[in-house]
Amino acid sequence: MSTSILIRNGRVIDPAQEIDEVTNLAIQDGKIAALGAAAPASAEEVIDADGLIVAPGLLDMHVHLREPGFEESETIETGTAAAAAGGFTAVACMPNTEPPLDNDAAIEFVLRQAARAAHTRVYPIGALTKGREGKELAEIGLMVRAGAVAFSDDGVGIADASVCLRAMRYVSMCERLFIQHCEEPALAGGGCMHAGPTATRLGLPGISGTSEVVMAQRDITLAAQAGVRYHVAHVSTAGTVELVRKAKQEGRPVSAEVCPHHLLLTDEACATYNANYKVNPPLRSRADVEACLAGVRDGTIDCLVTDHAPHRSEEKEHEFQFAPFGMIGLEIALPLFIQALIEPGIITWPRLITAMSTRPAQLLGVTGGTLTVGQPADVTLIDPRQEWTIDAERMRSKCSNTPFDGRLVRGRAAGTLAAGAWRFRTENLSSAARRV
Amino acid sequence: MTAPVTDTPVWTRKHLLALADLSREEILHVLDTAQGFQEVSTRSVKKVPALRGRVVVNMFFEDSTRTRMSFELAAQRLSADVIDFSERVSSTKKGETLIDTARNIEAMGVDIMVLRHPAAGAALHLSQAVDCCVVNAGDGQHAHPTQALLDLFTIRERKGRIDGLNVAIVGDIGHSRVARSDVRGLQKLGANVTLVGPPTLVPKAFEQMGTRVTSDFEGVLPEMDVINMLRIQKERMSASGFPSVREYVRLFGMNHERLGRCKPDVLIMHPGPVNRGIELAADVADGPHSSILRQVTNGLAVRMAVLFLCQQAAAGTPVM
Repeated sequence: MSTSILIRNGRVIDPAQEIDEVTNLAIQDGKIAALGAAAPASAEEVIDADGLIVAPGLLDMHVHLREPGFEESETIETGTAAAAAGGFTAVACMPNTEPPLDNDAAIEFVLRQAARAAHTRVYPIGALTKGREGKELAEIGLMVRAGAVAFSDDGVGIADASVCLRAMRYVSMCERLFIQHCEEPALAGGGCMHAGPTATRLGLPGISGTSEVVMAQRDITLAAQAGVRYHVAHVSTAGTVELVRKAKQEGRPVSAEVCPHHLLLTDEACATYNANYKVNPPLRSRADVEACLAGVRDGTIDCLVTDHAPHRSEEKEHEFQFAPFGMIGLEIALPLFIQALIEPGIITWPRLITAMSTRPAQLLGVTGGTLTVGQPADVTLIDPRQEWTIDAERMRSKCSNTPFDGRLVRGRAAGTLAAGAWRFRTENLSSAARRV
Repeated sequence: MTAPVTDTPVWTRKHLLALADLSREEILHVLDTAQGFQEVSTRSVKKVPALRGRVVVNMFFEDSTRTRMSFELAAQRLSADVIDFSERVSSTKKGETLIDTARNIEAMGVDIMVLRHPAAGAALHLSQAVDCCVVNAGDGQHAHPTQALLDLFTIRERKGRIDGLNVAIVGDIGHSRVARSDVRGLQKLGANVTLVGPPTLVPKAFEQMGTRVTSDFEGVLPEMDVINMLRIQKERMSASGFPSVREYVRLFGMNHERLGRCKPDVLIMHPGPVNRGIELAADVADGPHSSILRQVTNGLAVRMAVLFLCQQAAAGTPVM
């Protein structure tokens, strides 16, 4: 590991400091040492970043690392290796492991495994209720002390309103973010894709958009009562986007995130009964996709996340109805968001960096999200022009369940530095380093 | 033609239902009267004839060994005849209302009813239906005035004053009649009250009663003169929104380390019975800062005073 790195002539984008210019970035002893004219002329390692974007390290606040319990699908080691290759310097992992992350020992286990793997930072998200059963509060206070940055029962929403309110009050005491997987089970039970004309035609049971909207609506009311910062996970419907928009207009501490597949695909993609398109929340209607895009455009949706959910191919080979929900995303999210948002001109690069780095770091209350001098050197180098074809068989993730296999995309992470150490870099970047 | 103020008896109530009803002067009068009775317990013959020939009935519709014993002994030291009625709301199983039960007992010639009942408002309800005195020994989550009076007595005894003291009450405030009565009494005597616990146990609405509400136990420790640790009902834990005993101890338990961050003369109180090692570490419960057993002793004097004053008021005898 070099103690000093100079990244020259990159397009440095740091929304937190309102910087977007071609300049130099110096790293010393794991921290951002200087930016622009203040950067020294040389360093132990000099990187020519001409044509690259130099951004604060990307943070994916919604991933499933599967460990403990489902190590055959992913481990903290493989999941964070995939994250680093995708340009992420940090991920926040959901607690639906086996056993679930519902106590301080489990949180410490995740942090220990992450330290061993040493690919990216890992921020554990603790369960709200014991066993994620939606009945009794989990040991939230002890998990905070162990290092949990937020709380969620992700995979399911808390159906019981009184349990939910209690959990919100408790999380508000701990000054952490409350993240809800919005899905009212009474309205979603048994479904496997979006309830719409396609599901009707295919003869598959549907998950209505209403099931998401109803819980988000209820929660926004409860969150105001509890005084908690409330975050809607993986928004998928026009109705939820509108609720979040309205809540923000009212000045409430409500935020939201969206996944690439909810910006690029509709429920019609399920027509081949290919279970790689099966995800929860499900791929929605064209109108929902448009609403999600509009939500990103106007800032209603704060964060871009993957909901990286590895499942082994034999699981996904089940009949659509019986296959598990979820798709991987860590290594392909960046080009997919570029395709969904940058290429059509919906948002600019600084906005993309905000949504993939600055804002998630703010919401989780963690370091990073900026290239401010003195901060840990978590930096992502992005080649915005490289064209490539997604190949599901060439992933660092243990699984290949993605519907985007074979898709032609543009843009890719060229290098990932966490705490000033390389966690990933492409051959091109390495040779450039040698050349300079 | 107005009579001098000093001629007006301070205490004219035949019922003690809640401290919210009482003035500062009335509360202080009970404490002063209790002070006088304190001495009786130190005599070789621990009895005075103040209530000789009077009948006190303990009506307990909820388990409470300590409070019942304290009232029973207080009545006996005043030479009253004491009878015990402790069915667990079972009279209603027979279809009889609280009021019918009470009227039947009153018909036997009773002077004071001491009522413990699981329903808030039961004591008030009873007092409106009978002619005898009613002393509230705890009604649901509403009030427990004699506990608050003995707490006030103990604080005054140890601190010499109550005015201006910073008092924290820690624990399951939402379900606690002790907390509600303590808040009223402490405020009337000029203390600043802080309620401490997670928001699931301490409703924000208590701020409307003029208290400070916080979940930052560590933060308030250094400023407190008195810390009253409430008993945690383990069986109520999940229903009232607390993850585990283990977490409670870590966040809100009083222990040696936290005591070290308090004022050197902090007074640690507990209404009993203590869950040792949960809300209160054993060494703190038994240590010099603790007033737990003194509270029990003082409870007796306070209850003697309450029974005496109510009976005097009912009998129309000028009091002092």
